[in-house]
Amino acid sequence: MALPPYATPGQRIWHYLYLTVCTLVLFFLVSPLIVVIPLSFNSTPFLHFTPEMLTLDPNGYSTLWYKSLFGMCDAEGASLWTSCTDKWKVGAFNSFKIAIMSTVLATTLGTLAALGLSRAHLPFRRTIMGLMISPLIVPLIITASGMFFFFAKVNLVATLPGIVLAHTILGLPFVVITVTSTLVGFDNTLMKAAANLGGTPTYNFFKIQMPLTAPGVISGALFAFITSFDEIVLILFIGGPAQHTLPRQMWSGIREEISPTILAAATILVLLSIGLLTTIELLRRRNERLRGISPA
Amino acid sequence: MPGDDYLVRFVNIQKSYDGETLVVKNLNLNVAKSEFLTILGPSGSGKTTCLMMLAGFEPATHGEIYLKDQPINRVPPHRRGIGMVFQNYALFPHLTVAENLAFPLDVRGMSKVEKARRVKRALDMVQLGGFGDRRPAQLSGGQQQRVAVARSLIFDPDLVLMDEPLGALDKNLREQMQYKIKSIHENLGVTVVYVTHDQSIALTLSDRIAVFDDGVIQQCAAPDVVYERPENAFVANFIGENNQLTGTVVEDNGDTVKVAVGNGNIVEAKKVKVEGVGSPSTLSLRPERVVVNPEPGSLPNVFPAKTEELIYLGDHIRTRFSICGNVDFIVKIPNSAFHAAISEGDEVNIGWKAEDCRALDVWPCPTPHS
Repeated sequence: MALPPYATPGQRIWHYLYLTVCTLVLFFLVSPLIVVIPLSFNSTPFLHFTPEMLTLDPNGYSTLWYKSLFGMCDAEGASLWTSCTDKWKVGAFNSFKIAIMSTVLATTLGTLAALGLSRAHLPFRRTIMGLMISPLIVPLIITASGMFFFFAKVNLVATLPGIVLAHTILGLPFVVITVTSTLVGFDNTLMKAAANLGGTPTYNFFKIQMPLTAPGVISGALFAFITSFDEIVLILFIGGPAQHTLPRQMWSGIREEISPTILAAATILVLLSIGLLTTIELLRRRNERLRGISPA
Repeated sequence: MPGDDYLVRFVNIQKSYDGETLVVKNLNLNVAKSEFLTILGPSGSGKTTCLMMLAGFEPATHGEIYLKDQPINRVPPHRRGIGMVFQNYALFPHLTVAENLAFPLDVRGMSKVEKARRVKRALDMVQLGGFGDRRPAQLSGGQQQRVAVARSLIFDPDLVLMDEPLGALDKNLREQMQYKIKSIHENLGVTVVYVTHDQSIALTLSDRIAVFDDGVIQQCAAPDVVYERPENAFVANFIGENNQLTGTVVEDNGDTVKVAVGNGNIVEAKKVKVEGVGSPSTLSLRPERVVVNPEPGSLPNVFPAKTEELIYLGDHIRTRFSICGNVDFIVKIPNSAFHAAISEGDEVNIGWKAEDCRALDVWPCPTPHS
């Protein structure tokens, strides 16, 4: 946003003040994420920058904690500081398993729900939408305790189906919201045209509507995946030892043995999130290009 | 039942969206094979609703539509085999032009060779030979419109519906496309039902025009008949420019009537749609049928008029007179070698034949034409 040539001194001051404030806000948001990355290459088991690190001495850095993260205990000194464990590996595996299963469920159900909600004549549409979105609004701890008592009655506590269902409910609003907003921009005369040209409703759904709403479905799925992957509260309430996920391990890592291993895990999660969000953005652009909104 | 030659028949069709007001009131309309029929009317007149019922996107509340003498109320849109060009073209944005054209062929399970042949033929027909690999967003409005027309024709339907397909184009392009559509219709012999509110398109393209208003066909006839012999005040007003004089019938001579208009003048007019003596009437008169300074005795209707305004338009001079209490009486004076030389404020005589002046009903709220 460039200043116009006729800007008054007051406007100039405001403009630069505005830029400074924006930069500070962004720095405030991003710095905790960034600081984790160099710290995770710490060669000592402390969560602070050592003098060696600050002078950029190579001896101050190591990949020790990444090895520990992946359960490789042969590294010198590692066993001294960390309990040699494969809990991180198991946790990551469980996280992926649960996240993928709940994403598939949430995406399928959420897409179907959004298709239904986009019909003009659906009764109680707002109520249904509100109920679907409620997991986003209700404090998570309330959802979690409510689910715990309900799941306890139906024997779902500490089971894989239980946690997958719980995460599905949590991921559902994201899918419903993104797919609904994609469908708002969907031109329904395209479906009329397809029918007019002889396509059966099913054929037209897969040939016309699905490809055009796919970006919304995929970004909803990615949000659902991240939600499940990062989730800790429901895991604490509903998960059992067999559902020991990555966030659960980080939680106990912080409580029981403060070691930079958790920083290594955090770094990997940050990079994963960046990757997923980049994918979402690229999909969004592709969608806009296909619809001819912003011909680049 | 007569009507074997008709491709489409609307029989007693009524349509209501809310169960209270009728958008289409008892429509009876036949479309002959290879005919170009235009449904012309202002927005909200129910014309698009008729098209949607024919395409199958809206169910008729009452009555039956026949396609080739088969009732089609219970046939879903995708089995009607009717081509359609939508107002916004409705091209599939994620498919290329060739894939768009191939869509109706794919669903009909056509062979690859036949498909390629037809797509090529269709692209050539609309002069878009090299554009098969482009996406719709990469085409201009006129090109998209041509693709939409080609797509509606590629599976050889007997009937093609067009819903204001030229509405989004600029004037020059609209005129070009208009002639393109006309030549395609003549070459292929396909039946076209065309919906528009643009009277010049309707006059140019149609074999017959059904003038629609308030859910009712006001008149359905060939373009020249609709223009020259409108049957009621709405049609006279909606199609072409039109001078109106309102008055009361004072004498009924069978073929002609005498109507007392403003300033106590008596006008002789052709009796078209008026009740007997004493009933109100609107006289309709085309601006190009009025003569300025006629030879005395040559015309039955000659009245003094005051020249209010002259607008030079090149081929003709648009002149506004006040006459018989109407201050908005328009006359088009052709810019020929011997046209009457008048200037603002002149008092002249203007006159017209009785048969050019049509005595019609009273239209409650005349729609200003565009």
